[in-house]
Amino acid sequence: MNIYALVKRTFDTEEKIAVSGGKIVEDGAEFIINPYDEYAIEEAIQVRDANGGEVTVVTIGDEEAEKQLRTALAMGADKAVLINTEDDLDEMDEFTAAKIIAEYLKDKDADLILAGNVAIDGGSGQVGPRVAELLGINYVTTITNLEIDGTSVKIVRDVEGDSETIETSLPLLVTAQQGLNEPRYPSLPGIMKAKKKPLEELELDDLDIDEDDVEAKTETIEVYLPPQKAAGRVLEGDLSDQVKELVELLNKEAKVL
Amino acid sequence: MSKKVLVLGEAREGALRNVSFEAIAAAKTISGGGEIVGLLFGDSVQSLGEEMIKFGADRVITVEHPHLKHYTSDGFSQAFMAVYEQENPEAIVFGHTALGKDLSPKIASKLASGLISDVTAIEGEGDDAVFIRPIYSGKAFEKVKSKEGLLFITVRPNNIASLEKDDSRSGDVSSISVDITNLRSVISEVVRKSTEGVDLSEAKVVVAGGRGVKSADGFAPLEELANLLGGAVGASRGACDADYCDYSLQIGQTGKVVTPDLYIAAGISGAIQHMAGMSNSKVIVAINKDPEANIFKVADYGIVGDLFEVIPMMIEEIKKIKTN
Ligand SMILES: Cc1cc2nc3c(=O)[nH]c(=O)nc-3n(C[C@H](O)[C@H](O)[C@H](O)COP(=O)(O)OP(=O)(O)OC[C@H]3O[C@@H](n4cnc5c(N)ncnc54)[C@H](O)[C@@H]3O)c2cc1C
Repeated sequence: MNIYALVKRTFDTEEKIAVSGGKIVEDGAEFIINPYDEYAIEEAIQVRDANGGEVTVVTIGDEEAEKQLRTALAMGADKAVLINTEDDLDEMDEFTAAKIIAEYLKDKDADLILAGNVAIDGGSGQVGPRVAELLGINYVTTITNLEIDGTSVKIVRDVEGDSETIETSLPLLVTAQQGLNEPRYPSLPGIMKAKKKPLEELELDDLDIDEDDVEAKTETIEVYLPPQKAAGRVLEGDLSDQVKELVELLNKEAKVL
Repeated sequence: MSKKVLVLGEAREGALRNVSFEAIAAAKTISGGGEIVGLLFGDSVQSLGEEMIKFGADRVITVEHPHLKHYTSDGFSQAFMAVYEQENPEAIVFGHTALGKDLSPKIASKLASGLISDVTAIEGEGDDAVFIRPIYSGKAFEKVKSKEGLLFITVRPNNIASLEKDDSRSGDVSSISVDITNLRSVISEVVRKSTEGVDLSEAKVVVAGGRGVKSADGFAPLEELANLLGGAVGASRGACDADYCDYSLQIGQTGKVVTPDLYIAAGISGAIQHMAGMSNSKVIVAINKDPEANIFKVADYGIVGDLFEVIPMMIEEIKKIKTN
């Protein structure tokens, strides 16, 4: 089976976030594979192990993203592709990203494409479905279970807490929700092997993409931190007095009761 | 320039979700006086049209078809595109719900348009509108605008105030017939786990429990408090993973995103993935035994203590107020 996993290198949002000059400060920050993409990579590996074939991980980014691709290879992916846009694009939105990925995938005859349902940095969750639409294939989002039998696919997806069972077929794009699997940690032999696995680097030119054709449709004009909340009030004194005070505050000050 | 705006309404259990009305309010803000056209897709939605008009839509178009009874991206996009081609709008607004999240990127891709997802506030009006959305799990915000062409946004439930319902408003509710074919996904089963009563993502009060609740029975006092306040019970993933409650109660990045007036977090440590789902709440109360717990950083009011002592006392105190 010809399997692709779409991966994004993201800021670890467990870290402290700082803004300077209307942009998130990235210097010295910790970067990770978007956690929802990790579920996608793990599932891709499991599907390959059960059905045979090959897993290719694909990302758009700059040289720095090589580290996350090597991690995916160490987990067990077979090949990696870095579409390096550093020299070509200053701004990118979901339209841009999806178009580039779809251009790359259009002649690859993918049977199954997996992506995270959302990236924890931008948080829009658009790229997976957009890519599927551009490729003309079906997609199912926020999946928590995947069973493949030949070309038939049975999926359980999370719909705001309800669960929906869906029957469909390959070729297909799915986006992973937490609960789909437990991503493995790369093993030491895995890490050694990953160093020798193929990592292809492409630029927009290699994909015959003209920068104008992927120009972002939206523009971020400012990034800022939420207004500093007045420090919360941790109440003091006897517990029953604290509760009385809390209820009083909720009633009179916050007016939410 | 005024814009004609299409707003997709969303029904659940035969009634429109509040986010549909909030989407109409957002549409009004960006329309610059243009026409607001509500859309309803389903197997039987005609009767809901008037409600959209009372909340601010100028007219409503419905598409009814047996294949639209359950949402599928193929079915709903066929219905949408038929209306789109007839109406040629300048802007589109969906709710940022499971349905909206699934459908909007497909449509944006079909229309080669941008899409500003998960909008929590709009600054300015008409052509000058700028959209605010949370990023980095809610730790930061960005202001985004559309560069040109079609404007397409999804709005996070419970953030943009709906317009006052106006029973005197009237407008045309028409239907168009669309051949819905070739659905590539077949839904063979739907397991509804969401509890009866108040919809968690639209609740004005949420009482949420974490691993500190310690058992399924431990949720009983939280339920009592939520009922007393007309709210809903939520949970952290910790509580769901420990089987104290169903995953449908989960709040956070993976679960539901809520923005109630009052969020009470009991026995929840305040992991970033949890906060991503509730940090926009208007008033946050934290009850935790550990004074160092992260949740106190976002709380407006905090009590360091045992939730099994605090919650029953709160119930008593609130009952006193309610009877006065
Ligand atoms: C990709 C990813 C996505 C995730 N998505 C989500 C998500 O959507 N939602 C989510 O919630 N989590 C999510 N998580 C998990 C998250 O990281 C935390 O593990 C989880 O939120 C912890 O739940 P908790 O606060 O209940 O448990 P804990 O962190 O164990 O905290 C329990 C708290 O209860 C307090 N406590 C104990 N007993 C009492 C008592 N008697 N009275 C008062 N306080 C008491 C303790 O002091 C402690 O602070 C995600 C994680 C990952 C990796």
